Amino acid sequence: MKRTIFRNQLLPWLLLAPQLIITFVFFLWPAGQAVRQSFLREDAFGIRTTFVGFDNFIALWNSPEYLNSLQVTAVFAISVTVLSMGLSLLLAIAVDRMIRSARVYSTLLVWPYAVAPAVAGILWWFIFNPTIGIMPYMLDQMGYDWNHISDKGDAMMLVVIASAWKQISYNFLFFLAGLQAIPASLREAAAIDGAGPVRRFFDITFPLLSPTTFFLLVVNIVYAMFDTFGVIDATTEGGPAQATNILVYKVYFDGFVGQNLGSSAAQSVVLMALVLVLTVIQFRYVEKKVEY
Amino acid sequence: MIENRPGLNLLAHLTLILGICIVALPVWVAFVASTHGPTDFMSGTIPMWPGPHLVENYSQMLGGGLSTSGTPPVGTMMLNSLIMALCIAIGKIAISVLSAFAVVYFRFPLRGLAFWCIFITLMLPVEVRIVPTFQVVADLGMLNSYAGLSIPLIASATATFLFRQVFLTIPDELTEAARIDGAGPMKFFRDILLPLSRTNIAALFVILFIYGWNQYLWPLLITTSSDYYTIVAGIKRMADAVDGLPQWHLVMATAMLAMIPPVIVVIGMQRLFVKGLVETEK
Repeated sequence: MKRTIFRNQLLPWLLLAPQLIITFVFFLWPAGQAVRQSFLREDAFGIRTTFVGFDNFIALWNSPEYLNSLQVTAVFAISVTVLSMGLSLLLAIAVDRMIRSARVYSTLLVWPYAVAPAVAGILWWFIFNPTIGIMPYMLDQMGYDWNHISDKGDAMMLVVIASAWKQISYNFLFFLAGLQAIPASLREAAAIDGAGPVRRFFDITFPLLSPTTFFLLVVNIVYAMFDTFGVIDATTEGGPAQATNILVYKVYFDGFVGQNLGSSAAQSVVLMALVLVLTVIQFRYVEKKVEY
Repeated sequence: MIENRPGLNLLAHLTLILGICIVALPVWVAFVASTHGPTDFMSGTIPMWPGPHLVENYSQMLGGGLSTSGTPPVGTMMLNSLIMALCIAIGKIAISVLSAFAVVYFRFPLRGLAFWCIFITLMLPVEVRIVPTFQVVADLGMLNSYAGLSIPLIASATATFLFRQVFLTIPDELTEAARIDGAGPMKFFRDILLPLSRTNIAALFVILFIYGWNQYLWPLLITTSSDYYTIVAGIKRMADAVDGLPQWHLVMATAMLAMIPPVIVVIGMQRLFVKGLVETEK
C-alpha cells in the first residue's frame, strides 16, 4: 500500500472509466446475459421465451453428448498437459546443463509460442493428411493405417499433438527459469555425498521444482480447455462422431451452428464456474502451499 | 554443471537436437510445400526438399489471393491482422496503465468494487461467453469494423495487475518529491510513472501483439465482409475451400505468412518476450 496518495476524487473515476466501461459492456453484461438465458427456453421460431428454471442444466446433465464432451475434454486436457510438460521438462533439463550453447538452444525452442493455435492446427493437419501427409506414409510403412477423418483415436491424437506442440515453448521457458533458480550448492553437496545425476534429479531438483510444476499444471489445463478452440476448429471440427468435441467447441457449435441458445448459455455458465475454480486454485494453492 | 560427464553432455545435446527437429518439423514441411507447384502433390506424398516455385507462390498469395475461396489477397489480410494486433496491444496497455494508476495512487469510495470488477474478467475468456458477447457487438453495430475486432478484447485484468505490481515497487519518496515540487497527479503520471515503467510496457507489448495477431474465433465471427478478414481466421476459410481441389502449396504459403510476423517479434525481442511472459503470469 502506498503512503503517499493524491486526494482528487473525480480523477480516479475518469482514469478507471475506459476499462470499467469496456469490462461492463463486453464482459459483465454478456456474462449476465448468459446466466439469464440459461434459465430460459426459446421456441422454435425464436418468438416466445419461457422461464424454465434449471431445466437447461438438467437437460445437459442427462445429455449423453454433453457427458461425452466432458469426458473428451478431460482426456484431451490431461494428454496435452502430460505430453507437453514432459517434453518441455526434458528439454529444459538438457539446456540447463549447457553453458555456452544455452542461449542458442533456447531461441530455437521458444518460437512456436508465436504460432497461432489455428495455424498450428493447419500445419499438423497437413502433416497427418491421410492422402499426401508424411506421417501417415511413414506409419503405413510400419503397418499402421492412419486416418483421423474416420478414426476417433487418431483424431484425438492429432489435436493433442498440435496443441501440445504449441505449448512446449511456454512450459520450457518456465521450467528452465525454475531449474536455474535452484541453488547449485544443493546439487554440489549431493554430488559430494555420492549421489548420481538420476538420484540428484529425483531427490533434489524435482522436489524443488514443484512450485513451477504445479503452476504449469494449472496453466496447461486452462490452456487445453479454453485456448485450443483454434486447433479444433482448424482440424477436426469436433469430429469424427464427437470424438474431439471439447466443451468450448460445443458452446460455440450449439450456440451458433445449432442455434440452441438456452443450452449454449447453460454450458457457458458451467464453463465460467470451471474457470472460477481454476483461478481460485491458481491464486490460493499454487502461490502459497507448494513450497519447500 | 556439477561434474564432468561427457556421456551425459552428449545425451543432452542429442536430446536438444532431436527436440528442435521435432519442434521445427511442421514448419519445415509447410515451407517445403509452399515452394512447390500444384502438380507436385498429386504423386502421393509431399516432397521433403524445397521446389522452384517459392517467389511465384508467395507473390500470387500476397497480391492476388485465392479467387476460388472468396478470400482477399493475403497482403490485405496481413494488414488487417496488423491493425487489429496493434489496436489490441496499444488499447490494452493504455486502459490498464490508467486504471492501475487510479487504483494504486488514489483512495476513493468503491475502490474495492472497481478493483473486483476488473479482477473478475480474469475468469471470463471470450470463448466461454461467446454467444452473448457476439450479440452485444452485433447490437452495437460493430460487426465488420476494426472497433468490433479489437475493443471487446482490450479489457484485461492481467495487464492491470502487472502495472499495479510495478507501481507498488516505485518508492513513495518519488511521489513525495514530485508533490513538494508542485506536480499534480497527471504530471507525476506522465513524467515519472510512465518513463519508469517503459521496459514493462515494451515487454507487455510483445506479448499482447502476439495475442492480438493470433486471435481466431473472434475475427471469424465478427467479420463477414472479406475486407476485414484477418490472416489467421482467413486461412481456415481458404483451407475449407481448397479441400475439394487441393491447392496445398498456396494454403501453406499463407500459413507461413501468418507465422512470420509474430515469430520475428519473438526471436527479435527475445529478452522482452521472456520478461513479458514471466511477468504477466505472476
